[in-house]
Amino acid sequence: MPSELINKYFRTESLPHIWCPGCGNGIITRAIVKAIDNLNLKQDDVCIVSGIGCSSRASGYLDFNTVHTTHGRALAFATGIKFANPNLHVIVITGDGDCAAIGGNHLIHAARRNIDLTTVVFNNNIYGMTGGQYSPTTPTGDKGTTAPYGNIDANFDLCELAKAAGATYVSRSTVYSANMIIKQVEEGIKNKGFSFIEAISICPTYYGRKNKKGDAVDMMKYLKDNSINKATYEKLSKEEQENKIVVGEIYKTQMPEYTEKYQKIIELF
Amino acid sequence: MSENTVKLMQGNEACVEGAIAAGMRFYAGYPITPSTEIAELSAEKLPRIGGKFIQMEDEIASISAIIGASLAGKKSMTATSGPGFSLKQEGIGYAVMAEIPCVIVNVQRGGPSTGLPTSPAQGDIMQARWGTHGDHSIIALYPSTVREIYDTTIKAFNFAEKYRTPVILLMDEVIAHMREKVKIPDKDEITVINRKKPNIKPDEYLPYKVEENDFVPAMANFGEGYRYHVTGLVHDETGFPTSNHHIAENLVNRLVNKIEDNIEDIVEYEEYQSKDAEEIIVAYGATARSVKSAIDVLRKEGIKIGLFRPITIWPIAEKQLKEISKKVNKITVIEMNMGQYFNEVDRIAGKDTKVNKYNRVNGELITPEEIVSFIKEG
Repeated sequence: MPSELINKYFRTESLPHIWCPGCGNGIITRAIVKAIDNLNLKQDDVCIVSGIGCSSRASGYLDFNTVHTTHGRALAFATGIKFANPNLHVIVITGDGDCAAIGGNHLIHAARRNIDLTTVVFNNNIYGMTGGQYSPTTPTGDKGTTAPYGNIDANFDLCELAKAAGATYVSRSTVYSANMIIKQVEEGIKNKGFSFIEAISICPTYYGRKNKKGDAVDMMKYLKDNSINKATYEKLSKEEQENKIVVGEIYKTQMPEYTEKYQKIIELF
Repeated sequence: MSENTVKLMQGNEACVEGAIAAGMRFYAGYPITPSTEIAELSAEKLPRIGGKFIQMEDEIASISAIIGASLAGKKSMTATSGPGFSLKQEGIGYAVMAEIPCVIVNVQRGGPSTGLPTSPAQGDIMQARWGTHGDHSIIALYPSTVREIYDTTIKAFNFAEKYRTPVILLMDEVIAHMREKVKIPDKDEITVINRKKPNIKPDEYLPYKVEENDFVPAMANFGEGYRYHVTGLVHDETGFPTSNHHIAENLVNRLVNKIEDNIEDIVEYEEYQSKDAEEIIVAYGATARSVKSAIDVLRKEGIKIGLFRPITIWPIAEKQLKEISKKVNKITVIEMNMGQYFNEVDRIAGKDTKVNKYNRVNGELITPEEIVSFIKEG
């Protein structure tokens, strides 16, 4: 089955990928492809837009209309593509630094517009490609090459950010729960509006090693042991809630979608 | 707009009308004076013809969106002014590297930084040429009248499509905000060039392969059945990134040469009273208008002086300037900056003739009277 997916949707000539052994990005990439396959989307109608960073190299491996943009701007490029041709299913692949730091402004405004984009954040809590600097989602106190004494920044809850900004579908999953990612990406593509899917990934090479989190298997085990669905999480005490990863559907609503609203203006004339 | 319409039109308005005539159907921008009317008119006019307007969250988002829209098949434009133009440089570099046609209008304002918001300036001559990093060539056009803004905007789109490159349209506050009587040309008087599309099967398509006797690859639009990869990284014919030194060198050379080898097609200029001139002024945009008035006054006083007005600012009309330099005693470059174009003209003409400059950066237009005095004193 995996090889079938690879043969159908991957540009095998562009493989092998550049990701390190133990990286979680392959699991998320496969989940996206599986979701597209489950929904039976035509490859010609799918556009994958990515920014810069480890995660954002995924666009090159996938056989769709693909754009590897500048750092942080994937959502702005994607907005132009979707608005120019609303028939395309536009999926944005981005990382925690890409979408929450340099691209933070684009994230909140794409969400505010509720433009029909499906954004999948590969959140590995670190800048991997540049060698392990702390990102907006590096937990406070953790180390990075630019936080040798521990990160004093508060870390972002990206799902809360997306929800507050106006996203109409928000969910979180981890690379331990690959099937959950698939389902969430499917839901995101089906949602007519801005969908935000945070997939917690692992970076054993930089984040894991620097913070003594063990190897990839240990990091996967950590995701398994600390993931909790929203309903259960809300029943926990404040102390018990600490360091838990809330997974599942975080928020869902319905609001008019941007390209459809604009189409109504065009139809006035 | 009906054909043969004569209208009192503002420069920024002529830019939008020209863009629409050239096929612009997508505009993304962020408001900044003195370019705002371009956004406002695009917002009003585009949905009426099935086009799209979007006000993005910033200048980088705006150029990113027009690049995306161009990939999806729409002729697209953004407009800005000095500080916004600085922000757009990232996207300009991407569009150069990935060969995405688009038009960037820069109605200049004083600088550095926020500078003088509503005053005329010509300080982005070098930013237009070298604002983004890396080696590349660029096409930058600079009209001087409202009618010419209309025509030059069409040319900017045509060059963008023909050479698969971002094209910069430079203006200044004077020509952007002035109103002049404009006769809109008939549709059959206008040439509109569209990007070359592939005529081979999708599975044979190499998005960055240049056919023999051509200088740019054929471009498929997203959604038309040609699935390919676009990146700002150095890439091979397939569009995929590579760090192969040979491919990197060939790619950058091609990006430069596709423009530099076609200078005859791109370079446009106006000469005024230059045939018997012993002295030439080089000026562009609003400044060239003052120069023309000054030349009329000076000619009446028997001074044989003429104007060379580059409409194509980049690539520079090197051959023509070289020829002029051999015929005249003096060239004076007059511009509303500290001498950005002077340096280029001096490089080209300085060996054969004396090259002078007259500059102003205080947000005031250089007047004909000053030019007359300067030339007479010189």
